[in-house]
Amino acid sequence: MSTPVPRNRLAQWIEYRLPIFSWTNAQLIDYPTPRNLNYWWNFGSLAGVMLVVQLLTGVLLAMHYTPHVSMAFDSTEHIMRNVEWGWLLRYLHANGGSMFFVVIYIHLFRGLYYGSYKAPRELLWLFGVVILMLMMGSAFMGYVLPWGQMSFWAATVITNLLSAVPWIGDTLVTWLWGGFSVDNPTLTRFYSLHYLFPFLIVALVFLHLWALHHRKSNNPLGIEIKSPKDTIPFHPYYTAKDMVGFGVMFFVLAIFVFYLPNMLGEVINYVPADPLRTPHIVPEWYFLPHYAILRAVPDKLGGVVAMLAAVVILFFMPWLDNSKVRSARFRPIYKQFFWVFLADCVVLGWVGANPPAGSFILIGRLATAYYFAHFIIIVPLIARFERPRALPESIHQAVLKKGGGGEPAPAAKMERP
Amino acid sequence: MAETAPEAEQTSPAEGETRRDFLVLAAGAMGAVAVVGIAWPLIETMNPSADVLALASAEVDLSPIEVGQSITVMWRGKPVFVRQRTPAEIEQAATVDLADLPHPETDEERVQRAEWLIMVGVCTHLGCIPLGQKLGDPRGDFDGWFCPCHGSHYDTSGRIRVGPAPRNLDIPEYQFLNDTLVRIG
Repeated sequence: MSTPVPRNRLAQWIEYRLPIFSWTNAQLIDYPTPRNLNYWWNFGSLAGVMLVVQLLTGVLLAMHYTPHVSMAFDSTEHIMRNVEWGWLLRYLHANGGSMFFVVIYIHLFRGLYYGSYKAPRELLWLFGVVILMLMMGSAFMGYVLPWGQMSFWAATVITNLLSAVPWIGDTLVTWLWGGFSVDNPTLTRFYSLHYLFPFLIVALVFLHLWALHHRKSNNPLGIEIKSPKDTIPFHPYYTAKDMVGFGVMFFVLAIFVFYLPNMLGEVINYVPADPLRTPHIVPEWYFLPHYAILRAVPDKLGGVVAMLAAVVILFFMPWLDNSKVRSARFRPIYKQFFWVFLADCVVLGWVGANPPAGSFILIGRLATAYYFAHFIIIVPLIARFERPRALPESIHQAVLKKGGGGEPAPAAKMERP
Repeated sequence: MAETAPEAEQTSPAEGETRRDFLVLAAGAMGAVAVVGIAWPLIETMNPSADVLALASAEVDLSPIEVGQSITVMWRGKPVFVRQRTPAEIEQAATVDLADLPHPETDEERVQRAEWLIMVGVCTHLGCIPLGQKLGDPRGDFDGWFCPCHGSHYDTSGRIRVGPAPRNLDIPEYQFLNDTLVRIG
């Protein structure tokens, strides 16, 4: 790999004081990446792009929005009707949130399928889960800002979850509200935090990427990079591959923004908040599984604990799964239960979208029990009793065998042209 | 101090404690006090401000409320249900076996005058407004109030009977100023 010395005098002057050119080269251009990454590995950079989209549209929206109970709803409509391209900003931001969650959930399940959480990538995984939690917080607080009926009642119901805390619950909720109900102080602090959280996410993304680049990417075979022959430089190979993903993602986002901008929202949120009338409350689609878990437990505190545990348990995945083999490709049993688990999450989402009555109660409870059983019972047991299939010697051998020809790759040519 | 210092340095290391250990501990403790001292007011800023606290009472004129009619008034940003109960409802509330209640309270504990039921109209589960104030609202299986969010049923005394809510509907502090005027808060 070449270490480029900048020819430009100014660049040399900078490089001597801050090695930004060699750093960029090492991390983004020559950065050695497993040569066998498939399209599921696009979703990390897609998530990064969505974060930038949300930051950009969010900062611009904040220039036109007014965080006050008597003006928030109207200022949102002002953005929609009066602000130049305001409708585009708001629809991009609202649907961008959903797109962000689509990408992040695929990214998360990619990690679960290929064992990306295993040593030495545990911290990388933990940072990812923290990012997910911050995203959930940001999404929730952002949803409150238009101050429609669903905004207000989502804020009321979710903040009331804290009242389940024994002894100090009510004090805690009053503190969080800054009053005795969700009101102006609540709106202003949610606005402030909704602006802050994305920057915390940026900081965590930095740690996430630092850990990633220190130990390098996992790959579909789940075996470590053993020699330079196993890798190709990030640029142009994966920059190009990521571009394909960007194109597909923005195509999907554009369909929603331009043709179905309100499909994922609730009509009732176009009615201004009314503290005296509770509408039928349904969370956004990305919280439906958690909502189903909340309702599956017939006890207030128990439901809240279960819902939080459903996210927190992800932290423990590296230690619940003791199998030495990472990729589900070589784990015949884990692979099947992975798909069962994914189906279980979809069932939870479906239950969460329906009223808690009739058979939905039973299905919701069974699916919740299975969700936790997957982590606490099934995964540890599989790790213990499963016989994994034989792993290939190395990434490049596996790739070349699959490619049909036994010819050794012209390693020099695979480097940056 | 200057005279005692060398002495301490000579004796202390034998005991495993030095002046430096003490200084580290003392400085650490002062640092912790400073952090708490700064954090406390910063956290307090998020509590209800003086103007929010000042709006903490509301007066209600009871004269227009007929028997069997409910009104909703705002108090501290929350709805308060004021209902003039029918004799049948009072009877129903008073004759419940306390053993059947998830949160046992007698009807007398919950009202100052049997015909006037005054309570905070916020479901104790997750804060929705229960239905049952208007004619035609579903009133649940116990003829009181029904929360549509997660299906809590309240009886004619506002007590939780079935559903996820952990407590009966809260009773605010109130007093009758005269027969037709009540002050909440």
